[in-house]
Amino acid sequence: MNRIIKYVFYDILRTRFIIFYTALLLVSTFAMFQLDSDPNKVVMSLLNVVLMVVPLVSIVFTTIHFYNSYEFIELMLAQPINRRVIFIGEYLAVAMSLCMAFAVGVGIPLGIYGVSATGMSLLFCGIILTLVFVSLAFLAAVLTRDKAKAIGIALLFWFYFSLIYDGFLLWFVYAFADYPLEKITLGLISLNPVDLARVIMLLQLDISALMGYTGAFYRQFFGSSFGIIFSTLILFLWVIIPFFIALRIFSKKDL
Amino acid sequence: MISIQKVNKNFGKLHVLKQVDLDLSMGRSYALVGPNGSGKTTLIKSILGLVVPSSGEIVFEGKSIAKDWMYREKIGYMPQIGRYPENMTIGQLIDMMKNIRKNAEVLDDSIIEGFKLYKMFDKRMHALSGGTRQKVSAALAFLFNPPVLILDEPTAGLDPISVEILKEKILEEKHRGKLLIISSHILSDLDELTSDMVYIYEGQVHYNNTIQTLKEETQEKKLGKAIATMIGQKQLIDSVNR
Repeated sequence: MNRIIKYVFYDILRTRFIIFYTALLLVSTFAMFQLDSDPNKVVMSLLNVVLMVVPLVSIVFTTIHFYNSYEFIELMLAQPINRRVIFIGEYLAVAMSLCMAFAVGVGIPLGIYGVSATGMSLLFCGIILTLVFVSLAFLAAVLTRDKAKAIGIALLFWFYFSLIYDGFLLWFVYAFADYPLEKITLGLISLNPVDLARVIMLLQLDISALMGYTGAFYRQFFGSSFGIIFSTLILFLWVIIPFFIALRIFSKKDL
Repeated sequence: MISIQKVNKNFGKLHVLKQVDLDLSMGRSYALVGPNGSGKTTLIKSILGLVVPSSGEIVFEGKSIAKDWMYREKIGYMPQIGRYPENMTIGQLIDMMKNIRKNAEVLDDSIIEGFKLYKMFDKRMHALSGGTRQKVSAALAFLFNPPVLILDEPTAGLDPISVEILKEKILEEKHRGKLLIISSHILSDLDELTSDMVYIYEGQVHYNNTIQTLKEETQEKKLGKAIATMIGQKQLIDSVNR
């Protein structure tokens, strides 16, 4: 397993994309701290990066990387190595490099300008969203043999979770505004990792008052220790479930 | 050694392998012959676990390969089209393979030597010609001195001198009592290199016997003629039965 991770890691570093991504995060985080002196406002601006850019980069990079290392995977499969080990090794190497890029790119400026609780939960949300979208990307990659199709599916995942789902949720809340929807929307939010991360962050930033009565309800739920454990657990499920589905498909896939 | 039991494989609607039953034993060398698209490569890939059969079982040294992977330690595989990480050099690739198959006791670099690959160790894989790629594939198949060798069209794309080097190497391994499976369309090569013939047509094994027997049955001296006669006879029998 370690040998596989080592070679995949080496391969990722050679493409230099990860370094570029780290630098981009580093520069934009520093720039935001320069523009604004209130760290909470900076975290607020960074939230948009975390919710839109991180999932997009994670899912597209992972899918492309999987197809670019197809030859490597094919070669390894003819060797005395368990299929699962190859897959898990690939996953860990990609996930670790993307998480490290994010932790360094956002974590270092956060550390320099003062560590805060909101900053830490931003780091946590960013890392877990990276993991979620790496899992989804692996799922997209094993679903089809065609690279273009897989990238299409990956982008569809991103569009769905970043834009389409919110639209649907908004329509739903609007259409059924006459009914008590708090618990149902809470359930619906769990079906979207991006929304889950957003709600956790918004509550941390103490602007839930802007969301009115529903905001108060969320605050009561997510503010409690049960709410935090619940949402973290759901986010972990979002990492694990797509990963295991992808692993199952991969262990029966013909190459 | 390797026993293939009632293996079926479907790719969508395409039924590539149909109830294939085959026993391959140590010390013999098998020629896998059949028209393009008859299922030779699929059969080879099934033995390697690259393709998972739709039904049936493949047993290697008495153990089913379905949940096993260590058996691949005993196989050297030379693919028809070798695909390798494009931005690695030949040297890095060979080092990586040595690192991954650490259990191999004796390394056999006679092919690397014979093809003069040491001189090209810092060339990247994407810069290689098809023939050189083929040489790298051959080098990797023989490198770990495995008891089973599976060669999928080994001589296709090689220059005549390299073909001779490779054939000599294959013969040497055959005399050492290894199990060889060679798929090829060049029957004169197979005539020299193999002792048994497995003829596959449309996913079914149509003939499985020693080449000696085949030649006696058809009363031909050359393998090519013998196969042609065998197919002719089969068609005749089929048309009578119908």
